[in-house]
Amino acid sequence: MTFEQFIFYIFATVTIVSAIGVVTMRNPVYAALFLILAFFTSAATWILLEAEFLGVVLVLVYVGAVMVLFLFVIMMLDINIDPLREGFIRYLPVGILVAVIVAAEIIIVLSSDTFNMAIPDPMPLSYSNTKALGEILYTEYVYPFELAAVILVVAIIAAISLTMRKRNDKTKRQNISEQVRVKSKDRLRIINMKSEEKQ
Amino acid sequence: MMSSIKHFVKTFTLFELLQGLSVTGKYFFAKKITIQYPEQKTPISPRFRGHHALRRYPNGEERCIACKLCEAVCPALAIDIELEERADGTRRTTKYNIDMFKCIYCGFCEEACPVDAIVETQIFEYHFEERGEHLMTKEKLLAFGDKHELDIAKHRAADAPYR
Amino acid sequence: MDSLIAIWDGLPEALQTVIVILLKIVAILLPLILAVAYTTFAERKVIGYMQVRCGPNRVGPKGWLQPIADVVKLMFKEIITPTESSKAVFFIAPILALAPALVVWSVIPFFDGGVLANVNAGLLFVLGITSLDVFGIILAGWASNSKYAILSSMRIGAQMVAYEIAMGFALVGVLMAAGSLNLSDIVNAQSGGIQHWFMWPLFGLLVVYFISGVAETNRAPFDVAEGESEIVAGFHVEYSGMAFALFFLAEYASMLLISVLTALLFLGGWLSPFENFESLLAIPVIGAFFDSGFHWLIFKSLIFLFLYLWFRATFPRYRYDQIMRLGWKILIPVTLIWIFGEGIAIGLGWEPWK
Repeated sequence: MTFEQFIFYIFATVTIVSAIGVVTMRNPVYAALFLILAFFTSAATWILLEAEFLGVVLVLVYVGAVMVLFLFVIMMLDINIDPLREGFIRYLPVGILVAVIVAAEIIIVLSSDTFNMAIPDPMPLSYSNTKALGEILYTEYVYPFELAAVILVVAIIAAISLTMRKRNDKTKRQNISEQVRVKSKDRLRIINMKSEEKQ
Repeated sequence: MMSSIKHFVKTFTLFELLQGLSVTGKYFFAKKITIQYPEQKTPISPRFRGHHALRRYPNGEERCIACKLCEAVCPALAIDIELEERADGTRRTTKYNIDMFKCIYCGFCEEACPVDAIVETQIFEYHFEERGEHLMTKEKLLAFGDKHELDIAKHRAADAPYR
Repeated sequence: MDSLIAIWDGLPEALQTVIVILLKIVAILLPLILAVAYTTFAERKVIGYMQVRCGPNRVGPKGWLQPIADVVKLMFKEIITPTESSKAVFFIAPILALAPALVVWSVIPFFDGGVLANVNAGLLFVLGITSLDVFGIILAGWASNSKYAILSSMRIGAQMVAYEIAMGFALVGVLMAAGSLNLSDIVNAQSGGIQHWFMWPLFGLLVVYFISGVAETNRAPFDVAEGESEIVAGFHVEYSGMAFALFFLAEYASMLLISVLTALLFLGGWLSPFENFESLLAIPVIGAFFDSGFHWLIFKSLIFLFLYLWFRATFPRYRYDQIMRLGWKILIPVTLIWIFGEGIAIGLGWEPWK
């Protein structure tokens, strides 16, 4: 067993164990933590496969941003765990069906010719797959890439416009721009007046 | 218009932040005013109100006549006095306790005293090691007064013209 | 000696690799932790000096043993777990806070070729791992079962996500100028004297990067997560002893990291400002000082480290909504405009840093 294989088996085991943890944990925060671990170890596996750009981006986007917001929401909601455990049996057939379909799809894809290829030679150390990815993304796939970007922007705007609500005008709100711009002249009026006669 | 351009430029050049930094930067090189306490000490006024003491007359008779003025004036109710008539017919205390935890060192007892018996000395560096030691009894106060009588007399003399 | 070599040769290859890597890690981490300890000392001294005080000067000569005394004190303190806290997470959180802060140092080049892992996507790696810092803090807040701690986690979660974007954009400007994600390549792209450093063409990005760096490490004036005047100490209210010390260590290691990174990315890292002065370099003994080397990286990092402390001594804490406004509405647009301008400059072939 070479060093790479040794490392790979460690990461693979951790990934599988944490993936099981995600679905078996009772506490949603623990489940989210296991999900983070699963993401992280799969990123490590990708880096082992010389896909360092994808690996790091997985950590950056999913672990660093998405999961932070995830945890944020879970903590804020303070979910009561008991009702979540009810109806386990009721949903079990549906769950098994989904699991079987997913497993079948994975088996079909893996057994197809797409993955039936020789192991590529490892690239030289100076090879940057970030550069390679960028080149192919902005030449061959430039239109799908730009389209995806536009769709994402639309989705962002849609999400904002759906959740943005007008607040009623009675609430007092801070307008920071105004606060920053304020000068002593706006707050303090110095008037010049004669002193009054002594009584 | 002009002012908003000025504001814009001021904001993006971080002018006010740099101003603030220059102030602290200047003080970074300023002479430090720290007193290195146990080695260096600031001068203490003769009126300083520190540890209490009971004084005696030069002939060895204790000054306190148990008038209870200090007990009455004490805002923290720290003083507790009991008295008796002695064989020679004078009023003297049998108990004179000051609870040093209650005391706020206001100096009223000192001012109220008609015979300059209870005084506050310049000594402020003292501590208690066991519970109960904070209760200053008459014996302890008298002993303290005997020990520091010279200093007490000197400081009272120094302050006398202003009383 | 021969027997030692024989033992070494007898070890399996995988184990040899692991041992070599571990030794390198120790060689990086030990000085780092020592530097962290003395950063705390420097902080107290500098802030003291700016407040016309002396700072700590009692332990050891001129107070130089103060950090060691602090460490010993923290080690012997009892670690208290709050009731109904989530014990496992409560103890994992400080480790989660510290680990990323230390891991990032594996891709930091200290001098030409002096790097533990010369990763191609080094800059991305730094960005990715530093984004993990926040988990330790968020989980610490949640696991403490304390109102103040959870408030602090909420604040830091939003703040980190906001400033990561500005930071990322500032780094995009750097990698556009350098044409590489590898930190060593980025530094080497700035060689050729002081006028070739990225701080001149990318000055705005330098400012934005350092501001968001200060916000990322939750230091004053962006330390709302600690906010001792409002929420006591925030996420680490319930921590004591070594558990607290780990948070402390993580915070200062990140501070050092941001300082070193700023020096690497914008100030030419280990490159000397006197690179082109052949006559200076030719002086027998002093010449080595003027030549590029590790010491220049230290000098440049110390400038930014001092700025950290200077900021803390100068600025009052931002209000939370002001932090959010600064991050989203000011820093991000500024970086976007700067990158746009830089893109046009590159497109027109006008590259002043080359």
